[in-house]
Amino acid sequence: MAQMSMIDAIRSAMDVLMEKDPNVIVLGQDIGYFGGVFRCTDGLQRKYGEHRVIDAPIAEGGIIGAAIGMGVNGLRPVAEIQFADYIYPGFDQIVSELARLRYRSCGEFFSPVTIRTPCGGGIRGGQTHSQSPEAIFAHVSGIRSVMPSNPYDAKGLLISAIESDDPVIFFEPKRIYNGPFDGDPDKPAVSWASHPKGEVPEGYYTVPLDTAEVVEPGEELTIVTYGTLVHVAKAAADEAGVDAEIIDVRSLAPLDIKTLTESVNKTGRCLIAHEATRFGGYGGELAARIQKECFWNLEAPIGRVAGWDTPYPHAFEWQYFPGKKRLVHGIRKMMEEV
Amino acid sequence: MARKSRLHIPRPSARPGDKPDFSYLNLSPAGSTDKPAIGARTSEIENLSYELVRVLDDDHEAVGPWNPNIDAAELQIALRWMLLNRVFDKRMWQIQRQGRISFYMEALGEEAVSIAQAMALLPGDMCFPSYRNQGLYMYRGVKLVDMMCQCLSNTRDMCKGRQLPIMYHSREANVFSISGNLGTQYPHAVGWAMASAIKGEDHIAASWVGDGSTAEADFHHALTFAAVYQAPVILNVVNNQWAISTFQGFAGGERRPFAARGLGLGIPGIRVDGNDLLAIYSVTLWAAERARRGGGPTLIELVTYRAGAHSTSDDPSKYRPKDEAEFFPLGDPIERLKDHLISVGKWSEEKHEQLTEELKAEVLAAWKEAQQYGTMTEGPFLDSASMFDDIYAETPPHLESQRRYMLEIEGS
Repeated sequence: MAQMSMIDAIRSAMDVLMEKDPNVIVLGQDIGYFGGVFRCTDGLQRKYGEHRVIDAPIAEGGIIGAAIGMGVNGLRPVAEIQFADYIYPGFDQIVSELARLRYRSCGEFFSPVTIRTPCGGGIRGGQTHSQSPEAIFAHVSGIRSVMPSNPYDAKGLLISAIESDDPVIFFEPKRIYNGPFDGDPDKPAVSWASHPKGEVPEGYYTVPLDTAEVVEPGEELTIVTYGTLVHVAKAAADEAGVDAEIIDVRSLAPLDIKTLTESVNKTGRCLIAHEATRFGGYGGELAARIQKECFWNLEAPIGRVAGWDTPYPHAFEWQYFPGKKRLVHGIRKMMEEV
Repeated sequence: MARKSRLHIPRPSARPGDKPDFSYLNLSPAGSTDKPAIGARTSEIENLSYELVRVLDDDHEAVGPWNPNIDAAELQIALRWMLLNRVFDKRMWQIQRQGRISFYMEALGEEAVSIAQAMALLPGDMCFPSYRNQGLYMYRGVKLVDMMCQCLSNTRDMCKGRQLPIMYHSREANVFSISGNLGTQYPHAVGWAMASAIKGEDHIAASWVGDGSTAEADFHHALTFAAVYQAPVILNVVNNQWAISTFQGFAGGERRPFAARGLGLGIPGIRVDGNDLLAIYSVTLWAAERARRGGGPTLIELVTYRAGAHSTSDDPSKYRPKDEAEFFPLGDPIERLKDHLISVGKWSEEKHEQLTEELKAEVLAAWKEAQQYGTMTEGPFLDSASMFDDIYAETPPHLESQRRYMLEIEGS
């Protein structure tokens, strides 16, 4: 075991698999010689060479399109899209090609591409470096969408993603790259060193791509969330003084609905929290599924705390971010409902 | 210079009722274009993007440095493949008109593209086709009956009813799955070729788009990646002058040939007579050898003419002269090869007629067989439960549950 940040854990996942399988290659902008703007690929090119850690032109559609072709030819490409906000030029390649290739060719062709992309706000990135577009991808059948909330899961999930014969969009909540975040930007940053999930095996292990995790058992209320907000939800439940069960969805699609509904059937209350905008958001699907399965056990309407339906404004980042205050408010309101 | 800014709106040279006019095509005499060494520098061969490589001249002779000197016996085989493509298309078109398949696209007038290029590539080379490259599948051994079953979405359909007719695929033949989204296969070919080089193999990739699709971002992404990494890939632009009703000027073809699109990136371009099987074969062989020797990509523009409609859903008489094809100065690829073989004493009108009848019979036999596996109206029918397969490597629980529910409500 070693102390790792999420960045270390993500790098370690690629390192372990590149060591194990010569067909694993990584490509993306600034990822080779420089080691990536967030350092996730630091040192990989020195270790594995320029043919396996490939600096790419500034063309996300080209990166994803070329990665698909590489995958068809037997490689396991891990493509980095520098910010999730930049993924849209590759959207057609993801939705029309990567997601459907296996289907349209009845399994004769497939491309096991993993697309890593940092997402979410909280780093003063403004509206072009803060987005959480996971719902757009979770909507597409044929790809898996995953978002870890800690270093241990990040490494185990990324290894599973790269080894999977399905294409995976691997969202990395960049606010918690270097440490968990309880939603208070005024507090000094905390590192992963003091967090149990910052303890990460140095070698190979996997976390399955189809399971949610109960990260905090509780009896009064279920908070269903993922990414950065897993940590904010914990802090908010403590502040509200509520015995909340906190579930990290982590594999957004396909979804482990059972873990969610078991919890809500037990607690009778469900608050869904995500950083992405609310309208048409991923939480809407969760709410619909949970109310269907848990209707007769619900003590209150399912609640949602989400980003406002606005772009991510640079100067009002913390008013946009669904932080502790909004979560505490959401929890208290829900506990008042009979 | 005008004193005000203004837009240029491209217009084709002729509309319905006008006399067809191909004077905009810059044609070189057959045999007049030099053939450079395989390792020539791009800067030394920029002329190839602007001239037109031609081998078959107006007297049906094969002339000049690009003449590949293929045996007549092999040319007869090539002629057979082109003719099969045409006979197959004609039959399938009729079948669509009879309402027995939903859609079809023919390669009429462009058959030399797929056949000549398939001949020049090796079986291990991977093809990323566009929707008018059915000849690639045929040449590489996909059975006619299997192609027909795909168009019928019947029980033997390679696509299990998931794809529109003509969207074939064949892993065995190394021909990729056709997408309905245009140009998306171009960066795939480049990535495939990069992987080949990464793995230390000497297979190359080839891809095809039409003149219209060169406007797509994927075209530019592919060229950039191919140039940056010098990927072993052949990128073909089949300039058949028309993208449905959009003439090639709307893809920017008025100012520079499509072959010249690569020059800014240092990719050599070759503009070739797309109705001259010998010229296409020769140019493709040159590009393939260059790629295999580490010389990187080549962009080939094949100048041809879409003699038919875009698809069975299209009516070209609404936007171009009905008789435009007859005026196309590069003629018809099958006629030209036939005339060449006749002129060298290796073919005859009688043999051609006989071969055509043989191929018609072959296609008809395949059609009869294909129908045994089901048609749109007569069983056997595909099991609709299979629509939930192959979305993921293993079918996840939510899809199994939707499958069960669908069977319960809709039946199979």
